Amino acid sequence: MGNVLVLAEHRRGELRDITFEMLSLAPSLAKDLGGEVMVLLLGNDLDQMAEKIAGYGVKVLVVDDPLFADYNSDKYQKVISALIDDYKPKLVMLGQTAQGVDLAPALAVEKKLPFVADVVGLEVEDGVLKATRQLYSGKVNAQIAFKPADTYLVTIREAAFEAPEPAAAGTIEKLDSPLKEDLDYRKFVEYIEAEVGDVDITQSEILVGIGRGLKEDKNLPIAEELAEVIKADLCGSRAACDAGWLPSDRQVGTSGKTVKPKLYLCMGISGAFQHVAGIKGAKTIVAINKDPNAPIFAEADYAIIDDLHKVVPKLTEKLKELKG
Amino acid sequence: MKIFTCIKYVPDTSEAEIKLNPEGTEVDSSRFSFDINDADNYAVEESVLIKEKYGGNVTVVSIGPKESDVMIRMAMAKGCDNAIRIEDERIASHDPLMVARVLAGAIKDQEFDLVLTGCMANDYGQATTGVALAEILGVPHAAYVKKVEIEDGKVKAYRELEGGLMEVVEINLPAVLTIQTGINEPRYAPIRGIRQAQKKELKVVNLDDLGIAEGDVNAEASQITLEKLYIPVVESKAEIIEGEPEEKAEKLASILVKGGLV
Repeated sequence: MGNVLVLAEHRRGELRDITFEMLSLAPSLAKDLGGEVMVLLLGNDLDQMAEKIAGYGVKVLVVDDPLFADYNSDKYQKVISALIDDYKPKLVMLGQTAQGVDLAPALAVEKKLPFVADVVGLEVEDGVLKATRQLYSGKVNAQIAFKPADTYLVTIREAAFEAPEPAAAGTIEKLDSPLKEDLDYRKFVEYIEAEVGDVDITQSEILVGIGRGLKEDKNLPIAEELAEVIKADLCGSRAACDAGWLPSDRQVGTSGKTVKPKLYLCMGISGAFQHVAGIKGAKTIVAINKDPNAPIFAEADYAIIDDLHKVVPKLTEKLKELKG
Repeated sequence: MKIFTCIKYVPDTSEAEIKLNPEGTEVDSSRFSFDINDADNYAVEESVLIKEKYGGNVTVVSIGPKESDVMIRMAMAKGCDNAIRIEDERIASHDPLMVARVLAGAIKDQEFDLVLTGCMANDYGQATTGVALAEILGVPHAAYVKKVEIEDGKVKAYRELEGGLMEVVEINLPAVLTIQTGINEPRYAPIRGIRQAQKKELKVVNLDDLGIAEGDVNAEASQITLEKLYIPVVESKAEIIEGEPEEKAEKLASILVKGGLV
């Protein structure tokens, strides 16, 4: 049987979007592999979440136990490992998320599964499972074929697939936890909320975004002067915040903020998916970058393919003139 | 504290246009400059900070060509004590599980408290090697770590989740941590350190030296095949503003003002 086992992801009582995004892929793969979709929901106090997932016409396997009140990769690994033995799924699917990244590679090693991470395309071609993934921050794509095996493992990139609409009612099956005792070598301690800064960029009307292309902090005035003229707040990519050019609460993307300005004008940002995921709500996007193939241009409404250091100071000058 | 820090030599493609070889099997990296992977640079700094605080020894481990010795010497100039460079063309480097096996082969017979890796590589971006390495070594791990506190044989790892949320976990040592960028401020190597680094031990080994069977880590052993690479077409609906830099600036300024965008 070619069943597809999807691991539902949830945090603090809420299912995360990736769970449903995986459900847009899983049914057609299950069909091609000759099986059905099973979703593993693991945690504590799961009834509502289980109902919600079942509403997508799938079989939900629920392991509801106080042992899983807090997320713990090692405990999850033990359960998934046991269920792979019991159910022998052809394909196991997790999210390439902070959770999946902490779990999938160890599972692959333990169960000796062929594994491809951060997949953006997955299909069965002449009986062979093939994955597409991105290299070099989205500048190159790779097609990878799995060698024949009993079970394959993939992690799916967040926001790469659109969640489907709920469909027919599925089924819910409650399982006893294969794990009976707590683990002594890894313990959840607590969650710590993100820092709050002086400006809340999620509320900004106009944002100027900076990335690695700014090169060094002494070039910061290039962006600051533009921002001042157009009354924008500054934000940046992970690279800009890691470099200390901006505080971390100004970071836009999956591990930072999701913004929705009327105008997003970014410079020296190549547009890795982690960043792009945070700007989907921007109304108008202007991108300035040297590389004509930079993924950011796929998101942009206006594009300038050039060196920001040459263009932006002139832009600031012109805007000053025009705005008087 | 005995620490192993795994680093990778990667091309800087952040602002460059990438071209492939005619067969579409490899990236033409001849025009790129290479250096330490971003996240690994933070891992080096974190390992040196831990050594400075708790004492001990940091060994750099890297799989790569002779040219990467410059990067390894730089890590030693910053405070790492010695290094192992594994050079062997038989390793299936497209598969992080094979890479993890090789790294484990270099570490497993030695005593260690901590293994640090970068959480993700700039080139392949799989975020897989470190966690796989932990499983092979049979020790606990934490991925995407943005703060480390060590106490009583345990490490408190602050894991970066989505949206800036942190998850704090406590794991027993020895352990593997995959380090997220931004965890610290990587130092510049002091001149004195650069001089001293030349005298530190850099051992170059291959699979045979490490006692790793080729058939455990080569393309045959890998359960995945890299079939082809291709440059994705960037489907842009953007209006491309043409001209000399000044003209472009002028045109954009006018679009922004006339369109009521600013």
